[in-house]
Amino acid sequence: MLGAITLLLLCQLAGEVLVRLIGLPVPGPVLGMVFLFLFLLVRHHVPEPVERVSNTLLDHLSLLFVPAGVGVIRYAQRLEDAWLAITVSLIAGTVVAIGATAWIAQHLMPKPHDPKGDAP
Amino acid sequence: MTDPKIAELWVYLASAPLFWLALTLVVYQALNWTFLRCNRMPLLNPVLWSIVVLAALLSLTGTSYESYFEGAQFIHFLLGPATVALAVPLYRQFDQVRRAVVALGVALPLGSLLAAGVAVVLAGWLGADRSTLVSLSPKSVTTPIAMGISEKLGGVPSLTAVFVILTGVIGAVFASLIFRTLRIRDQRAMGFSLGLAAHGLGTARAFQFGETAGAFAGMAIGLNGLATAVLLPILLPILLAFFD
Repeated sequence: MLGAITLLLLCQLAGEVLVRLIGLPVPGPVLGMVFLFLFLLVRHHVPEPVERVSNTLLDHLSLLFVPAGVGVIRYAQRLEDAWLAITVSLIAGTVVAIGATAWIAQHLMPKPHDPKGDAP
Repeated sequence: MTDPKIAELWVYLASAPLFWLALTLVVYQALNWTFLRCNRMPLLNPVLWSIVVLAALLSLTGTSYESYFEGAQFIHFLLGPATVALAVPLYRQFDQVRRAVVALGVALPLGSLLAAGVAVVLAGWLGADRSTLVSLSPKSVTTPIAMGISEKLGGVPSLTAVFVILTGVIGAVFASLIFRTLRIRDQRAMGFSLGLAAHGLGTARAFQFGETAGAFAGMAIGLNGLATAVLLPILLPILLAFFD
């Protein structure tokens, strides 16, 4: 358990350090994800503690966005001034992007291996 | 305050990280419980309502965001390791991902450009100022990348962070409706579009459709971060030229 937490943090740390050293446009944690992925490829399986820790984190992924979201109170004035433009553009931009991406991807996707993996 | 002891207690609570940390957890779990109880009714999205409730509590008690964040930062910190942890579902779905390279290669630039383009054009048409438009443009990208892009292009990074969260909430709220309307049944397509257009919040939503969807969403976050970092500096000046 402790080992798995350390592994995740070390991957993130390596990502943050490398991003700063070579000035990559990606955030450190995303590079950290690549490192953990490579680690799993080399190991050929997911060690049980890594599985448990990552499941715990991903099960509560939504919660982790709450603190940043509450930051909205600092921009109450600007949001009030342009609320219509912001609301319409955020909803339309997001809905169109999800719809178009999903539609294109579904049409170009090869048949899945496992029919269960395709159930809604 | 009538009782000086209560006033003293409030002074302690309002300044100690413990109080707002505990409150964030309580509020989120209560709202998540309600959400699950009501068959995940999209409008009851627990992230959206947690933000609303906590923001209201901060305003009512006159607490600054900075003192709130003293406590909430412990939750915020976990976003980093959680992003790293996305490698696990991705590894387990790697075979599927490899077979979908062509579909993803076409859908990625298209979705990336649409996510930014539609938002900027509509907001510009509705009269938003230039700095708001720039801050809006990387809204579909995960917070840390989006803030970096926004700063580089002349936006307000913290405002971008707010737009990013709102986008994620919108993606999570509208996901089922969009998929039902367009008859999207492929978990890979669902996940990829949610991660691309609604980053981590979309990914959290995608995991509710299944692990395959979650893995494709997690991968899409990183890919769209890269795609937007490359494509937006080209697209944005062209779009902004229409509103000058």
